[in-house]
Amino acid sequence: MTVAIPEFEYLQDVLHKHSAIVLSEDKHYLVEARLAPIARDLGFDTVEEVVREMKRGTDRALQERVVEAMTTNETSWFRDIHPFNALRDTIFPEIIERNKSNRTLSVWSAASSTGQELYSIALLLDSHFPEVEYWNLELLGTDLNNTVLERARAGSFSGLEINRGLPATMIARYFARDGANFVIHEKLRSKVTFRKLNLAAPWVGLPVFDIIFLRNVLIYFDPQTKKQILESAARQLRPGGYLAMGGAESPLGITDCFETVAIGGATFYRTESN
Amino acid sequence: MHALVVDDSRSMRSILGRILRDHFGMDVEEAVDGQAALDRLVGGDRPDLALVDWHMPNMTGVELVSEVRRRPELADLTILMVTSESEPEQIGEALAAGANEYLIKPFTPDAVADKLAMLGIAPGATGCNQTGEGSAP
Repeated sequence: MTVAIPEFEYLQDVLHKHSAIVLSEDKHYLVEARLAPIARDLGFDTVEEVVREMKRGTDRALQERVVEAMTTNETSWFRDIHPFNALRDTIFPEIIERNKSNRTLSVWSAASSTGQELYSIALLLDSHFPEVEYWNLELLGTDLNNTVLERARAGSFSGLEINRGLPATMIARYFARDGANFVIHEKLRSKVTFRKLNLAAPWVGLPVFDIIFLRNVLIYFDPQTKKQILESAARQLRPGGYLAMGGAESPLGITDCFETVAIGGATFYRTESN
Repeated sequence: MHALVVDDSRSMRSILGRILRDHFGMDVEEAVDGQAALDRLVGGDRPDLALVDWHMPNMTGVELVSEVRRRPELADLTILMVTSESEPEQIGEALAAGANEYLIKPFTPDAVADKLAMLGIAPGATGCNQTGEGSAP
């Protein structure tokens, strides 16, 4: 089942205005998958009816809920393991050596969703780099979506979420049960911060970072916004800092701010001047 | 690759068996409890991988894991616990007994693939079917 063209175009328009996200014509399936639970919850027979209700413009909460559902990404722990292996084996040792005099280390998960990416980085640091325990760590996750930010801050995950890519040794060591959920220990939660940020709007109040994870999010933006985001990311990196993108993504052809560095099975990007 | 699914639930054996066959191209055998699994493992042409439930009659999954790890000839058997027991302390207990990884029920086929990838087992394409998933690290 697909959403009729006027309703689909209306959704495209709302998403673009709200978050500069481009919903391409081939994403009908995504609309169905993301909005079907809302239709069920609210007693609509079809997703199309949800969008029609939205178009009436009287229910602002519904509009927010739909935008949030469309912009939430499924995520897993240590997703595409290679970048995390590169952090463990090469990048963290290099940055820790470089920053040992000022004892700071900063990492930004720029589309943090429910937090697994940033918590994976925190888990990696805690389990492999005890020397940074008392450093000034800045582990920041940002997202546009309030619901996922709240979930990320709570650090509470379902069994299905815990099953996705998290090594059993880490579950045993860093999690406690809370009812049916698994809550990450306060020691880890206290090291991370999650806040709202629209990547397509000017970035205000961000520190500079040693590492930026900007993975699987640019696909949603138009070419001009992609370029703007990547060049902002380049300016937000410390000299010698690293940018990670999704396995199928690259800044090449969008901006010439970065050079490519292959580390193990992973690809990272550094600013040319480094 | 050759796998043994150890679970007293027929439907669970069937679900896991199907995932291992269809997504990983494995040969799959089944055992209904820990004792039956141990009897099979000490026999010839033994499996490379065992997926093991916790609570079963005759011998529990953790008892099976401990028994396996006591036998040098089974040292390289890869063991994935697959159970609804999900307290972090229990996960620690199974790992201490010698399990290599731990999957909590209920699970999705993707989660099985994640865990097997952690164990260095990639989806094995059978014939010329393209999975589009690439190979695991």
